[in-house]
Amino acid sequence: MRVYPSDAIKSPVHLSIGQEAVAVAVCETLRREDVVFGSYRGHAMYLAKGGDPGRMIAELYGKATGCARGKGGSMHLVDVANGVMGTSAVVGSTISNAVGYAYANRVLRRSGVVVSFFGDGATEEGAFYESLNFAALKRLPIVFVCENNGYAIHARQSMRQPLSNICERAAVFGIPAERIESNDVLRMHERAGHAVNALRAGKRGPFFFECITYRWKEHVGPGEDFGPGFRPREELAQWIENDQLGRLAGLISPDARSAIQGEVDAKIREAFAFAERSPFPDASELHSDVFKEP
Amino acid sequence: MSSRNPDLERRLSYVEAIRESTDQEMARDASVILFGLDVDDAKAILGTTRDLARKYGAERVFGTPLSEEAMTGAAIGMALAGLRPIHVHIRMDFVMLAMNQLVNMAAKTHYMFGGQEHLPLVVRSIIGKSWGQGAQHSQGLYSFFMHVPGVKVVAPATPYDAKGCLAAAVRDPNPVMFIEHRLLYYQHGPVPVEPFTVEAGRARVVAPGTDVTLVGLSYMQVECQRARHYLEDAGVSAEVIDPIWLSPLDIATIAESVRRTGALCVVDNGWVTCGAGAEIVAAVTERLQGQREIRVLRLGFAPVPCPTTPTLEEHFYPNARTIAAAVFDLVRGGPQGWMPAERPDLKSIEFKGPF
Repeated sequence: MRVYPSDAIKSPVHLSIGQEAVAVAVCETLRREDVVFGSYRGHAMYLAKGGDPGRMIAELYGKATGCARGKGGSMHLVDVANGVMGTSAVVGSTISNAVGYAYANRVLRRSGVVVSFFGDGATEEGAFYESLNFAALKRLPIVFVCENNGYAIHARQSMRQPLSNICERAAVFGIPAERIESNDVLRMHERAGHAVNALRAGKRGPFFFECITYRWKEHVGPGEDFGPGFRPREELAQWIENDQLGRLAGLISPDARSAIQGEVDAKIREAFAFAERSPFPDASELHSDVFKEP
Repeated sequence: MSSRNPDLERRLSYVEAIRESTDQEMARDASVILFGLDVDDAKAILGTTRDLARKYGAERVFGTPLSEEAMTGAAIGMALAGLRPIHVHIRMDFVMLAMNQLVNMAAKTHYMFGGQEHLPLVVRSIIGKSWGQGAQHSQGLYSFFMHVPGVKVVAPATPYDAKGCLAAAVRDPNPVMFIEHRLLYYQHGPVPVEPFTVEAGRARVVAPGTDVTLVGLSYMQVECQRARHYLEDAGVSAEVIDPIWLSPLDIATIAESVRRTGALCVVDNGWVTCGAGAEIVAAVTERLQGQREIRVLRLGFAPVPCPTTPTLEEHFYPNARTIAAAVFDLVRGGPQGWMPAERPDLKSIEFKGPF
């Protein structure tokens, strides 16, 4: 956030700050061979699934060492080796990709689990329902995770949807669906773990979770969007008080906490240093990777 | 590498060629998977998918819900996971519901993954014509995809090319829009028994000529070959070229022909404005300007939605005679008032529906 105003970052960032708990809770239950698909607000998902931090920051900087060689940017983070299979700027577009991946896992007799992350706005897209319908029809090994942060840019859910019943809409397809309140990282971890373990054990899917969360920053960029015409600032206070990072930190000893803090700070410093010292792609790369050569 | 079986004795219909190619590719490669509305029903997409569900099982061949966008998105996910999906649409018009996935996702996957992933995906779709197909069963919208980098586009006109191009499309590591035409389903022609590929980016000179280069796209290739005979009767020698692949497009072969003939007419199976014909004419003109004076002409659908009633639809499409008349004027340098009388042997096939 301190770097952003310097213009070193050449990509619009849609920060996950405030809603990391969902990605962390769910991805903690996954293995390397499991895959996730997500949205343009995908930094937390990328990191939680094991995406390389240096390659992420390098991607934001537009460097050749970026996770997409500077061709994807913040909204399209990928890490194939760690199962981060794509994010999309166009809302809801990866939900069906995740469903197809889960279908392929069945055809190819792979035991991997697929998780599809998307926001509350994506549930207004037709393809969301098409995807649930097909996943339920074929009983696919997939977990749908709706990260409901209550807003699509500046429009709150009640301005866009007649009822606040995303979970029920999944349930009508016969999908076990559960709403988890308050960004509760431990509860989400427990429930997601239950679903993922069930799929691993050969139980048929899909599963659906609506996770109530909140983004602290504005829709895009490191600023805020509170005040007249935007969100009421009072809303934020309860979510800061309910910060799941602080909650987890409170569960461990101060020594353990500062050890982790030091480790994380070092990782972040190294990630930025890696991005800073990496080269930009050569101009010849403009034309590469449009088609894969047979 | 294009391989060509010398055994051209056997004749198949366009339908049989597509079915055989799909069958052979599925037998050759267990990762090939086939789905779309009705691919596994008794009609089997006009026979092009007949018996494949029985042969390869319901996991590899299945009918889908009416969810074009999500099923295209699912196809992308399957391809990312290592399968080679063939997604079938009985009409190209329905592909419009999948544009987000095709344009925003499939076309950009290889690039946006920085080359780490690729997308072997074939999307088959059929353009309709006649017998009341109307505005939403008749559109040839392939130029939409020619516009977008990262997608290949092919519109084979013969059973031979249908088989070879489909095999090439299935084996291609990139998304390919495979565009068929309902009236081409009646075409019969020589098709080798063994699998073979007709590789991307190579046009074919179908019939030689000296006065004008006639490029016909998709079904209009058939009308162009008929038009060539009418023109021959009028003393005009037309060279007919089938681009086969529209993206990548083999402009070199077309331009070399136009360099000799000095005149180019592209007959599109779509609207003229911003169409495939516009692209071909522009690209040829860019190559030849300053080297060769050329005359150019684009023909295609009338700039209206396709009507259903035959008396209006008749004027919506170019046909062999209207093509011949327009090309005659092009070659002679102005309106000649010539329209050939219909020859029974060059009459268009009658289409009786229902699809």
